[in-house]
Amino acid sequence: MKPQLIKGNEAVVKAAVLAGCRAYYGYPITPASEIAEAAAYYFQQTGGHFIQAESEVASVNMLYGAASAGVRAMTASSGPGISLMQEGVSYLAGAELPCVIVDITRGGPGLGNIAPEQSDYRQVVKIGGHGCYRVLVLAPNSVQEMADLTTLAFDLADEYLTPVFVMADGFIGQMMEPVTFASEVRKVTTPDWAVDGTAERRKNLVASIRIEADDLEKHILHLDAKYKRAEREAVRYEAFMAEDADLVLVAYGIVSRICKSVVEQLRGEGLKAGLLRPITLYPFPEAKIRQLARTASVFGCVEMSTGQMIEDVRLSLEGRKPVEFYGRCGGNIPSEEEVLRFAREVLKRSTPVVVSEEVVHG
Amino acid sequence: MAEYKILHDKSNCFYETYERKGELRNQTHYCPGCGHGNAHKLIAQAIEQLGIQDRTITVSPVGCGVFAYYYLDTGNIQAAHGRAAAVATAAKRSRPDSIVISYQGDGDLAAIGTAEILHAANRGENITVFFVNNGIYGMTGGQLAPTTPVGAKSTTSPFGRDAHNDGYPIKVCELLSALEAPVYLERVALGTTKQIMAASRAVKKALENQVKGLGFSLVEILSPCPTIWKLSPVAAQERVRDEMAAIFPIGVYRDRTREAQPYPAPKPAPPAEQIPAILGIESAEGVIEAAKPDRPVDWRIRVAGFGGQGVLMLGEVLAEAGLEAGLEVSWLPSYGPEMRSGTSNCHVRVGTHPIASPLVTKPNVLLALNEPSLKKFLPTVEPGGWVLYNGESIPEGIQVRGDVNMQAIPFTQLADELGEAKAGNIVSLGALLELTGMLRQEAVDHALAHLVKSTRWLEIDRQALKAGRRAAHAREAERAEVCQ
Amino acid sequence: MAEQAQSAMRPDKGPDKGMVEIDTSECKGCGLCVAACNIGVLSLAGWLNHQGYHPAEYSGQGCNGCGLCFYACPEPGAIRVYKLAAAAAA
Repeated sequence: MKPQLIKGNEAVVKAAVLAGCRAYYGYPITPASEIAEAAAYYFQQTGGHFIQAESEVASVNMLYGAASAGVRAMTASSGPGISLMQEGVSYLAGAELPCVIVDITRGGPGLGNIAPEQSDYRQVVKIGGHGCYRVLVLAPNSVQEMADLTTLAFDLADEYLTPVFVMADGFIGQMMEPVTFASEVRKVTTPDWAVDGTAERRKNLVASIRIEADDLEKHILHLDAKYKRAEREAVRYEAFMAEDADLVLVAYGIVSRICKSVVEQLRGEGLKAGLLRPITLYPFPEAKIRQLARTASVFGCVEMSTGQMIEDVRLSLEGRKPVEFYGRCGGNIPSEEEVLRFAREVLKRSTPVVVSEEVVHG
Repeated sequence: MAEYKILHDKSNCFYETYERKGELRNQTHYCPGCGHGNAHKLIAQAIEQLGIQDRTITVSPVGCGVFAYYYLDTGNIQAAHGRAAAVATAAKRSRPDSIVISYQGDGDLAAIGTAEILHAANRGENITVFFVNNGIYGMTGGQLAPTTPVGAKSTTSPFGRDAHNDGYPIKVCELLSALEAPVYLERVALGTTKQIMAASRAVKKALENQVKGLGFSLVEILSPCPTIWKLSPVAAQERVRDEMAAIFPIGVYRDRTREAQPYPAPKPAPPAEQIPAILGIESAEGVIEAAKPDRPVDWRIRVAGFGGQGVLMLGEVLAEAGLEAGLEVSWLPSYGPEMRSGTSNCHVRVGTHPIASPLVTKPNVLLALNEPSLKKFLPTVEPGGWVLYNGESIPEGIQVRGDVNMQAIPFTQLADELGEAKAGNIVSLGALLELTGMLRQEAVDHALAHLVKSTRWLEIDRQALKAGRRAAHAREAERAEVCQ
Repeated sequence: MAEQAQSAMRPDKGPDKGMVEIDTSECKGCGLCVAACNIGVLSLAGWLNHQGYHPAEYSGQGCNGCGLCFYACPEPGAIRVYKLAAAAAA
């Protein structure tokens, strides 16, 4: 297919339609509204439906209804709207319903502002609802990935029977880049467990309730086993010049693009910097980080927040190597110059790595 | 020996045994005399009579009715508290041939779920809602409901419902009857056997409306809760008849069943092979690989001005033309705190190397369409870069930088002469192309044809491009003269 | 239940127009059917079923098959009402 210049938010919708998604429920919010607008335009022309819900609470519960009926369904929002959806996400996870939720993050807390931030990390990746559940989270850093990871999100949702988030900052949502889309529409079949109003599947029940303690425990352990499988099988990342790096920058979304530029410049100066970009924020590339810890002397986490993903970097490292942080927030973006300065300082402070026998846990 | 035939029996719409706690597999979990059982029976009977069991999806949210799925042998979806109407909406839209029932209590529907029910009704969703109103929170143990009568004690109104503190009982049928869309709203009661029989007709009608595709139907069922009311089942039934029906008058609140037209069927899906075209995705067939420039280029462009000058559009034309020319491109609007305050700018990158960061913090091209933009971004321009300012001359007070190529050309004025001040952005593009040779004219023509849908505007933009080129050419000639 | 079917035959007036069967193991003894029965042929038993309720019982005679008890009963399967074949046809 011919590449087309397209906004991230619009690319999500076209990719979703090609992935066989036929139900969209949403509520306007900057900087995610273009997704609802594009969905309103395209879904109704392609055999699907679009409802502008009365709230994000309604949107996520509509998502629950459509997913229960066995169709590929999605919604999109931003920070405050995602907060409102969290109860519903817990129900979706508990009832094991596949669906896709796109979060185009903005500044918080409260009304914050509409500028990009990466401060939804905790509420999305570490989950914002009640109960022992997880959601898979994909973090695109280009418009092409907005399309590709949306497609992947639907497949992962079906495979793991769980809500999957595509989490991008406002920049990735708003920017335009060339995208090559899939040439064919995915054929979607009704899953066996769906409640679709047919004789064949009349006995089906979709529920998150398990009234007996033993039943609920069994269900939770089943969910947990699923997440463990995702941790083994679904991890994705991009490692850029990281294998021999003294300093490994860790960043996702738009920040990873800035960091990549910084790494190129530092390498040009003969400084050994690299980048690890998690593409799945959950499951987090823990093993890769531990592997890089054998050769790197220090990690540098760069985020558009006061440090949220850094917690996962630290947990992955389990104290093996120091982690330094540089962040901007409130809608400010760390500039290349700032990150360069940060990286140089970190490199200067850190002693070069001495490869020694190290105990590796797990 | 006389011969008897079964007149009334357990409906086939109930499971034979109920998959619930241990031995209690033959009776419901409801308390003795609870109206939920009656309501279930009426629904099951209507489903059976209408022959829609296989098509039916029952949505049961939180409340005593949450376990309706133990009993009703239909498709079942258990929903979050208050959200049944939203869940039912989507199930129905996703499966238009199904018959979707939303079975809700009064805490669920009239307190936490008021938004969802109101909007489902207002959209005229073709679903059937059974609203069981017993004026109390049963499942959680007797707290105040939105429908609790004034003066009635509950665990959270220990001195009786005080209208000044708790408001008045919400009358759902009356409330919904203010909306245009609902086709059928009726309040029935389980206060006497006669009322129960009347309720059975309403329940059936509400389902039949959905079968006919007529739209939103709701039946409110005044129902006893002997346990929480601390009354015998018989006395509780009498309270429904005498007290509840006095607060919530039974009757038909809306009935447009006769005149209502069935909803048009959803638009059929187009053949799958047509969908890429609907999405505006073009086949790559016949696309000729554009000749890439023979030397590496890396244009980092910042376009800035005030809202309405076509700043974002200009950036888009540059990126689109870059794409046409086979280059790597990105376009990023400034979007954020300044977005709503009248100024506008965007970052465009056009180059031969894959683009790492789409942010342009050190531009080598600045198109400043107004003075504040020039002031703001001039210091960021890389030495050797280009600065094009929209004006006769660089304004006083702004230091002309000797290390960059600065040009002041009155783009807006030139566009004005073409009859469209708004085309100033394209005039500046023409000047940029003339001065830098950034992109071939052909690529820009393609980009404009792709982005500008109106033929009138396309012609204006073509003239604007030419005007920009002419003006820039003249400036260069002047400068060359001065230099000599 | 064969017992009831037999006792429904009364030589003087001919057979009852209806007959009712109560599944006493499902009955929660709420008494709504007893209250609903216009002709008073239902009552709550003096004994307790396995759930600990006094279940409703049919006296065995006089049911007219009106079905009111069925509608009054909240349990889906506790009451079954029969109509005399001729009466049902009528």
